[in-house]
Amino acid sequence: MGILNLLRRNSFEHGIHPQQHKELTCRLSIRRLPFAPVLIVPLSQHAGAPAVPLVRPGQEVVRGEPVASANGFVSVPMHAPATGVVESIQLMPSARGPKTESIIIHVYEGSSQEVLYSAPRDVGSMTAEDIIQAVQDAGMVGLGGAAFPTHVKMKPPPEHKVDTLVVNGCECEPYLTCDHRLMLEQTDDLLAGIHIVMRALGVERAMIGIEDNKLDAVEVIARRLPANSPISVHAVQTKYPQGAEKMLIESLLGRRVPSGSFPSAVGVSVFNVSTLAQIGALLPMGQGVIERVVTVTGPGIRHPGNYLVPVGTPVRFLLEFAGSTPQAHELILGGPMMGMSVASLDVPVTKAVSGMVLLEASDADLRERKVQPCIRCAYCLEACPMHLNPSTLGLLAAKGDYETMADQFHLNDCFECGCCSYVCPSSIPLVQYFRIAKAINREKAA
Amino acid sequence: METKLKIELRTSPHLKQTMTVEQIMRNVVYALLPVCAFAVYAFGISVLALLTVTTLTCALGESLFCRLSGKPNTTNDWSIVITGLLLGLTLPPGFPLWMAAVAAVVAVGLGKALFGGLGYNVMNPALVGRAFVQAAFPVAITTWTPAFLDKRFTEFIPSTLTAPFMQPPALGDWIEQARVDAFSGATPLALQKFEQIITPASDLFTGMTAGSAGETSALIIIAGGLYLAARRMMDWRIPVGVLLGAALTSLPFWLMDSVQYPDPLFVLFSGGLMLGAVFMASDMVASPVTPRGVWIYSLFIGVLTVIIRLFGGLTEGVMYAILLGNAISPLIATVTQPRVFGAAGKGPRT
Ligand code: SF4
Ligand code: SF4
Repeated sequence: MGILNLLRRNSFEHGIHPQQHKELTCRLSIRRLPFAPVLIVPLSQHAGAPAVPLVRPGQEVVRGEPVASANGFVSVPMHAPATGVVESIQLMPSARGPKTESIIIHVYEGSSQEVLYSAPRDVGSMTAEDIIQAVQDAGMVGLGGAAFPTHVKMKPPPEHKVDTLVVNGCECEPYLTCDHRLMLEQTDDLLAGIHIVMRALGVERAMIGIEDNKLDAVEVIARRLPANSPISVHAVQTKYPQGAEKMLIESLLGRRVPSGSFPSAVGVSVFNVSTLAQIGALLPMGQGVIERVVTVTGPGIRHPGNYLVPVGTPVRFLLEFAGSTPQAHELILGGPMMGMSVASLDVPVTKAVSGMVLLEASDADLRERKVQPCIRCAYCLEACPMHLNPSTLGLLAAKGDYETMADQFHLNDCFECGCCSYVCPSSIPLVQYFRIAKAINREKAA
Repeated sequence: METKLKIELRTSPHLKQTMTVEQIMRNVVYALLPVCAFAVYAFGISVLALLTVTTLTCALGESLFCRLSGKPNTTNDWSIVITGLLLGLTLPPGFPLWMAAVAAVVAVGLGKALFGGLGYNVMNPALVGRAFVQAAFPVAITTWTPAFLDKRFTEFIPSTLTAPFMQPPALGDWIEQARVDAFSGATPLALQKFEQIITPASDLFTGMTAGSAGETSALIIIAGGLYLAARRMMDWRIPVGVLLGAALTSLPFWLMDSVQYPDPLFVLFSGGLMLGAVFMASDMVASPVTPRGVWIYSLFIGVLTVIIRLFGGLTEGVMYAILLGNAISPLIATVTQPRVFGAAGKGPRT
C-alpha cells in the first residue's frame, strides 16, 4: 500500500517496477570514445531559441571554442567538440524529428582530446549573477527530455523562495547507468558543482536522492561529506519514475508541487547529477559542454558500456564502435521509458542524450500485441504517479473529446512517463493518445 | 562500413509489462476450477453436464455473435469461459439443461454481444443470463436437491434431462427415495427466512448444504479469491467491501432480534454471497475503475444484498444487488475521480 511504502522508505505513491537491466553496464567504467570523422552540432539541442552561428564554412575551430552564441536568455551557446574545420552549416536530421540547422565539423585526423581552449577563474569570488552567466556561457542544459537551459532554472521567479537544492541521482530509467558511474567516478566534480549551484541559488542545504539499487554511490558520496556538511545524501526507493522532479521532491521532502506549477513553488530546485558534475568540472576552467557520458546498452549491443561521447557524434559511429547484433531492431536515444526511437542513423548525440538503447526484435514484439478494449482493470490508475485516470482519458481520446480530457481529467498534468501504457494488459497506446491530444489542444489554443 | 539495421520507429514507452487480458482471464478460470470441481463432487454428473452446457453454449454463442457482427473471434480471450462457468455455478444442480442453454445464450447475447463485447458490457454477463431465467423459469430455478447423494455419480437428477421446452418433473418423489436424512428441499437461506432454522456455519463453510451448484463451499471460493488477489488479478477491496457491507448491515438487526434475523456469520457464508463477492462483483469490466469508487460500489452491493434478503420477497438478493451495482458503477466512477497529484484544495474533485 502506498502509505506503508511512504513510512518504510523514501518514496512516492504509485509508479512501476520495470526490469532494470542495469547489470549490463553498471560495473563498466567510463571510457573515452574516439572522434568520429565528422561531427554534427545542431544549433537547437535545447528548449528555447536556437543558437546563432559564430563561424562560417571553411573556418578552423579549436576543441572547446565557442561556435555559436546564445540567442537571448532562454538559449545557450555551442562549443566545438573537436579541432577541425567547419564544412558547412545546413539542415540535418535530428532525433526530435524535424531537420534542424547544424554546424558540420570535419575533424582533423589525430586531433587531441585535450581541451586547449580554457579560461581558468576563481569561482569562489564570483557572485550569483556571475555564476548564472557562466553557466549559460558553458552551454549547460538539463537532462530532462526537454533539455531546458540550466541557467534559467537557477533564476526562479522572485515570488518563490527556494530553500533546498535537490540533486537528482535516481536514474530511474531501466538500462541507463551513466549517472551511476559518474557519481562513483566524478564525485569531486559533482560536489563542487553542488556547492556552486547552492551559492547561485542562495540555499542553505542540498539533498542528493539516489535510488537504493545504487547504494555504492550513496556510500561513496557519504564518505566524502564532512560531518556538518549542508549536503546530505539519501537512498530512495527504486521505482519508476522516481527521478521525475515532482516525485523525487515528494520522496525526499514530503512536499507536493501543486498541479501546474514548477518545483520552485514549494521552495525547491532540482538539478541532475550529470549537470552538476559538468558545472563543477567546467566552470572553474571557463570551458563549455562538448562531451557527455552516454550509456550504450541493450540486448542488441555487442559491447555495452558507458562512453564519454563528444557532442555531435553521429549515432552510426557510436553504433559501429559498440557493435550490434543481427537481431537488433529498435534504436532508442535516452531511456526506454521516455526516450525517442530514431529513424536515421545520421542523427547526432546531443547534450541531453543520456543513453542509446538497442532493443531486439523480441522486446519489440511484446508491444506488437493486438490492442484490445479497455477492461477497466484499473492497473493504469494504480501506476500513474500523477494520480490521473488514464483509463477514462483513453476512452475520451478514442472519442476525440480532447477538451474534456484537459478540462475535467487533468490531461496537462500528464508528463508522459509511460507507466500507464507499460501496465495496460489491453496494450492500449495510452501515452501516444495523450501526446496527440495535447498537441491538438495546443494547436487549437494557438 | 555500413551498419545494416532494420530500424523500427515507435513511440515511448519502449518497454511493456507482459501481463495480458488473456492471462488475467485465464487465471480467473484457474481460480474457478476448484469451485467447479467441488460442485461436481457434491452434486455429481448433473452439475458436470450443467457446467459443460453453459460453457460450451456461451463459447459457441460468442463465436456466432462475432461472426454476425463481422468482428474477429474473441473466444480466445477466455473471458467467455468465465461467464459460462459462473453461470453454471449459480444455477440449481438439477436445472434442466435446455434452460441452462437458454440462460447462456441470453448471457452472451444480451449481457455481452449487444454492448459490443468484452470491455463494453455494463453488467456481468453471467448474472444477466441468471436473472433472465429467474424470471422465465421461476419454479425450476428454485428447485433444490440435496448434496452428497449416493447415486450422484451414476444417475442424473431427473430434472436435468428434461426435454427442450418442457417443464421439469416434480422432484419430490425422487428426493424422497434418494435422501439420506431429512431434507426439506430448502436452502439454508429459505430455512432461516421462513422457519428460523439456522444451518451451522461450519456446514456452510465446507459446503455440506443445499444450494446452487457452486455456491456451497465458502472455503474453496475464498481460496480462489486469495489466489487472484495475490496475483493482483482481482481487486481485493471488492470482496472485502461486499462482505463488510453485508456483515455491518445485518449486525444491528440480529442484535435487535436474534430469532427473526440471522447472525452476520450466517449472512456471509450462506447463499451466493461469497461466490458473488469474490467472482462476480469483482468483474473488472463492470466495476468502477476509481479506488474510492470501488469501496462505494462494493459496500453498496453488500448492504443491498442484506436488505433484499431480509425485507424482499426473495430469499437471495446478491444477484440483483450486483446487477444494480454494475448499473450504477459508471456513475460512481464519475463522482469519485482520483485527486490529481498536487491538486489544490481538499476533498474530491469531479
Ligand atoms: S503517462 Fe501520463 S497518464 Fe500515463 S502514467 Fe504517466 S503521467 Fe500518468
Ligand atoms: S490499464 Fe488499460 S485496460 Fe486497464 S483500465 Fe487502464 S486503460 Fe483500461
